[in-house]
Amino acid sequence: MRTLLRTLAKPFTETAGLARWMLVIGLVMTSLFVVLAIFAPWIAPYGFAQASSGGVDFPKAGAPSGDHWFGTDRLFFDVYSRTVWGARTAIEVVILSIVICVVVGVPLGLVSGYYGGWLDRVLVLVMDAMFAFPSFLLAIVFSFLLTGLLGGTVLAVALSLSAIYVPQYFRVVRNTTVSAKEATYVEAARAIGASDFVIMRRYLLNNVVQSVPVLGTLNAADAILTLAGLGFLGLGIQSTDAAEWGHDLNRALADAGSGIWWTGLYPGLAIVLLVTGLTLVGEGLNETLNPTLRVRRLLPVVMTPREER
Amino acid sequence: MPTKPETPDADAQGAGVEAGPIIDVRGLAVHYGLRGGSLARLFGRDAGVVKAVDGIDLTLQPGEVVGLVGESGSGKSTLGRALLGLAPATEGSIRFRGQDLATLSRRRLRDLRRHIQMVFQDPSAALNPAMTVEVAVGDALRVHGMRSATERRAKVVDALERVGLSPVELFLEKYPRDLSGGQKQRVVMARAIITGPSVLVADEPISMLDMSVRAKILQLMLDLKQDLGLTYVYITHDLASAKYFCDRIAIMYLGRIVEIGPTEEIFANPRHPYTKALLRAIPDPDPGRQLPRDLPRGEVPDAAAPPLGCAFHPRCTEAVASCGWESRDLRTLVEAHWTRRTPEAFEAESASVGSLDHLDRPATSATLGKDGPEAIKGFLDQVRAEAPDDPIWTGVQTITDEGSGVRVHFHEGVDPALRRAGGVDVACVLYPEEPSGV
Amino acid sequence: MSFATSNEPTLEPSSEPVISARDVRVWYGTTRGAIRAVDGVSFDIAPGETLGLVGESGCGKSTLGRGLMGLLPPGAKRDGEVWYDGKDVLSMRAKDSYRLRGTDLGMIFQEPLTRLNPLLRISAHFEETIKQHEPGLSKQQVRQRALDALRQMGIPPTRYRSYPHEFSGGMRQRLMIALALVLQPAFIVADEPTTALDVLVEAQIVQILNDLRRNFRTSLLLITHNVGIVAEACDRVAVMYAGRIVEEGRVSDVFENPQHPYTRELLRSTISLRTTGLNFIPGSPPDLVDPPDGCRFHPRCPDAMAVCATRNPINIERPTGGRVECWQVGPRDQIPSGGTRPLKQEELAVADEA
Ligand SMILES: Nc1ncnc2c1ncn2[C@@H]1O[C@H](COP(=O)(O)OP(=O)(O)OP(=O)(O)O)[C@@H](O)[C@H]1O
Ligand SMILES: Nc1ncnc2c1ncn2[C@@H]1O[C@H](COP(=O)(O)OP(=O)(O)OP(=O)(O)O)[C@@H](O)[C@H]1O
Ligand code: SF4
Ligand code: SF4
Ligand SMILES: [Mg+2]
Ligand SMILES: [Mg+2]
Repeated sequence: MRTLLRTLAKPFTETAGLARWMLVIGLVMTSLFVVLAIFAPWIAPYGFAQASSGGVDFPKAGAPSGDHWFGTDRLFFDVYSRTVWGARTAIEVVILSIVICVVVGVPLGLVSGYYGGWLDRVLVLVMDAMFAFPSFLLAIVFSFLLTGLLGGTVLAVALSLSAIYVPQYFRVVRNTTVSAKEATYVEAARAIGASDFVIMRRYLLNNVVQSVPVLGTLNAADAILTLAGLGFLGLGIQSTDAAEWGHDLNRALADAGSGIWWTGLYPGLAIVLLVTGLTLVGEGLNETLNPTLRVRRLLPVVMTPREER
Repeated sequence: MPTKPETPDADAQGAGVEAGPIIDVRGLAVHYGLRGGSLARLFGRDAGVVKAVDGIDLTLQPGEVVGLVGESGSGKSTLGRALLGLAPATEGSIRFRGQDLATLSRRRLRDLRRHIQMVFQDPSAALNPAMTVEVAVGDALRVHGMRSATERRAKVVDALERVGLSPVELFLEKYPRDLSGGQKQRVVMARAIITGPSVLVADEPISMLDMSVRAKILQLMLDLKQDLGLTYVYITHDLASAKYFCDRIAIMYLGRIVEIGPTEEIFANPRHPYTKALLRAIPDPDPGRQLPRDLPRGEVPDAAAPPLGCAFHPRCTEAVASCGWESRDLRTLVEAHWTRRTPEAFEAESASVGSLDHLDRPATSATLGKDGPEAIKGFLDQVRAEAPDDPIWTGVQTITDEGSGVRVHFHEGVDPALRRAGGVDVACVLYPEEPSGV
Repeated sequence: MSFATSNEPTLEPSSEPVISARDVRVWYGTTRGAIRAVDGVSFDIAPGETLGLVGESGCGKSTLGRGLMGLLPPGAKRDGEVWYDGKDVLSMRAKDSYRLRGTDLGMIFQEPLTRLNPLLRISAHFEETIKQHEPGLSKQQVRQRALDALRQMGIPPTRYRSYPHEFSGGMRQRLMIALALVLQPAFIVADEPTTALDVLVEAQIVQILNDLRRNFRTSLLLITHNVGIVAEACDRVAVMYAGRIVEEGRVSDVFENPQHPYTRELLRSTISLRTTGLNFIPGSPPDLVDPPDGCRFHPRCPDAMAVCATRNPINIERPTGGRVECWQVGPRDQIPSGGTRPLKQEELAVADEA
């Protein structure tokens, strides 16, 4: 337990300067949204698709007021509530898609890198092709396909986002595996009689997933943008299924000309803040976990006066 | 992946102390295909094969310590790894208690590895950085099917105590990075002995350690041998520790054993010129000693294109006509000459001799020169006058005129096989077959 | 043999030292505090003399070598004086000390391949090195100088335009030496130049280093783990322990008659052809963030006395020349009364030792 805490605290204790501040600020911003996501039902005064309360209809595109802090939109929805609920959707989608990426990308990369041969060559080719494909286009294609199959659900969108990021996890894990499998400790594992599965599971896995957390946070930021982009195009999650910032932005587009600024500002701000927060965490983590970038906090050397010898 | 806990015959092997060799290697060859990488192709080298181990016979009697000594690239590690089935044999057989490794399935081979274990050169690299000492040592049991964690822990504690890591509690939870080099090597040893092996292949176990720790680890290995009745294959390039540690020593050069015999005999009476050279080159703390001047030249040749005849001939100070002289030796000779010339003389001579690159293709005759036969003959005479005792001249049969230069014909070489000489076996033409029955 | 053996004095009493270090300290900043890797080291090296520096791993040998050259990582601090050619190298401006490096002070590293640029031909390496320090030379002169240096190292001029990877390990090490030599420095630090090499190649390199000081009167600080190499290639030896030179003197003298218990135990624990039993020093070198009080060797010293645990030993002249710091050797009159009773050592577990 203590070692776990120490490991978790490592990015703080071992960094200095900019990296540390990026990490701290990023974490504060990100956790704000996580709190919103978890406690949305209590924080948001209304539901995300609620147009009336206590029999009283909400005003249509009403300006911010005491009842509706961020105003309401043309569908009578409360903008504040939708922004809060939107955090939940965003976090759900991102977590789900990262889990899918890790579950698919890491084992594939491990197996591919460890065994090599034709399997490796085919997988690398497929993944490289996916990676080379413009990612947003790929997301659009997949969300077309998947929403057709699964409807405009969180799962469908998460899956289509995963399609973009899996190749990255695959490549990182595969390349580290290819070099890690040459390590003496792998040979040593073979020498004690370990099977290939045991070697991959107990010897390689821990050592090749080191860069996954960094990749995960950086991808999370990207995923938020892509999700919003899909919503903005009217793809992905529908307004009645869940609150989604990109979708709200799309609808706010028409408002902008008529001086209704509040429907667009708040979802937009939410996107910017969360993306910034996640990026800061990712970059901060990168600098602390990546030894080539890390600037350790060294105690200054104070040479004591010479002792008598 | 659950492994079958015991294989019946493996158990029988573990129990019986039978006579005869514990390991019997016959005609073993391990060849690696060179994957002509883009770099190699770029430089015009074709993919060939490296004969890392090239025809080795070796028997290990129970309780014996056999040393494999040789320079880098001589195939010591490959031979050691082949004994565990980690390097696939291209030819020949390895028998462990009469059982041929090549006939075993992958699963049975893995089971066998609890009887033959290995210790590595770099203790920091040999331990998984993500495993604690307890997990790392216990994993040897886990892969052989011991599922109970408490049982494993008891055995781990026992093994760590045996290798001198006590109090054990201090070490169980440590990661390799928290240990010193010597401590790591002790952990590696604990992992090796925990499955109760009978043979331990120690691949340069002390060469990466600090000098003050080496003696401790060597002592530990001796203690373990005593307590557990181990048989060792001790791989090293350090003859001094081999002398202290081994019962028998095999000197290896480019994938072959060139001399093998009892330690005392090898040191008292080295026969092979390579053995002699190694012995003379050992730096000795005795300040009265001086390095000999007649050290072998050059370095271990590229194993992918070994010298013709006796592989040691380009460096051998005692070489004779039949040692396998060839075109590449001519190049070495001429280039060595040029390192002694002034730059002006070099420019002039190099212009008259022309390119040497064609000499890189091994052949027992070679052309040289582009300024006419007389000029080249004069040049060669001059080279010869500079070092008339260079053994290459014993190998030159004739020099004939050819085209704008000369053709140097060498004597046909022989590849000496291991032959009995005194109490040892030597592979050198200077030691011809003794009459049988010695 | 026609030349002087290594143990003949090459140092005339009158000759001025090429380099002399006075009370040099190099400390590293870490997250735990300062590592006192070098803590008050003094020595002189005469022209053409080789000083061997031995000691266990982590006692500050490389740090001392790099400190002399001014090649220290950020966060490290050094003080003391290093006199070369009438100037204190340590108090020079960075630009001046850079100019001195290479032309006057050279360095040979352990792993040559990491110091050679794989994409550059050997010729380019030489051209770059020479041009940097002597920009006035013509291309022909540069080539001449380079070929000369290579020739001395036994590398044929035909290989001048090859790439580093086309050479074997020993040849690369000779290339490194040639690169260090081409500017004809008066003083070279060689940090374990043979550790990665085979026995026979190692012997070749040792011979080259031997020839070097004879032919060019180059002074050498040879850092090594191998006391055998010191015996064969050095005039004097300095034994380093926990950041300090604890004994220093002529090689034959120190090895035959070690005064400091550490030197003695180190020599005894070395495995050589004459080894008939294994000896070792109990324990391991101390943590240099907080080294032991008094003599830093006292927790491991078989001869330790009560005074050793509290008072720093005094640096004195060895009976047969050189210096040593150990209470057993002296000065007796400075040991407080009762200080000579044997120190009771705490039991060292085997585990602490390795
Ligand atoms: N997996 C491999 N693939 C290709 N070639 C190999 C492989 N392993 C070893 N070799 C080659 O086989 C030869 C012998 O290597 P080996 O490691 O057995 O030598 P060694 O005697 O142990 O040397 P060292 O003292 O450097 O450890 C070398 O030329 C090496 O390059
Ligand atoms: N860049 C660095 N930053 C912090 N500490 C360092 C650094 N380099 C070395 N040290 C520490 O300084 C001490 C002396 O190290 P140094 O490399 O000089 O020892 P050494 O005698 O050369 O050892 P070796 O024989 O292993 O090369 C060690 O405790 C080491 O951990
Ligand atoms: S056969 Fe003997 S003499 Fe001839 S080169 Fe080989 S080792 Fe030297
Ligand atoms: S001063 Fe004392 S502890 Fe230090 S080496 Fe001498 S006798 Fe040993
Ligand atoms: Mg090896
Ligand atoms: Mg060092």
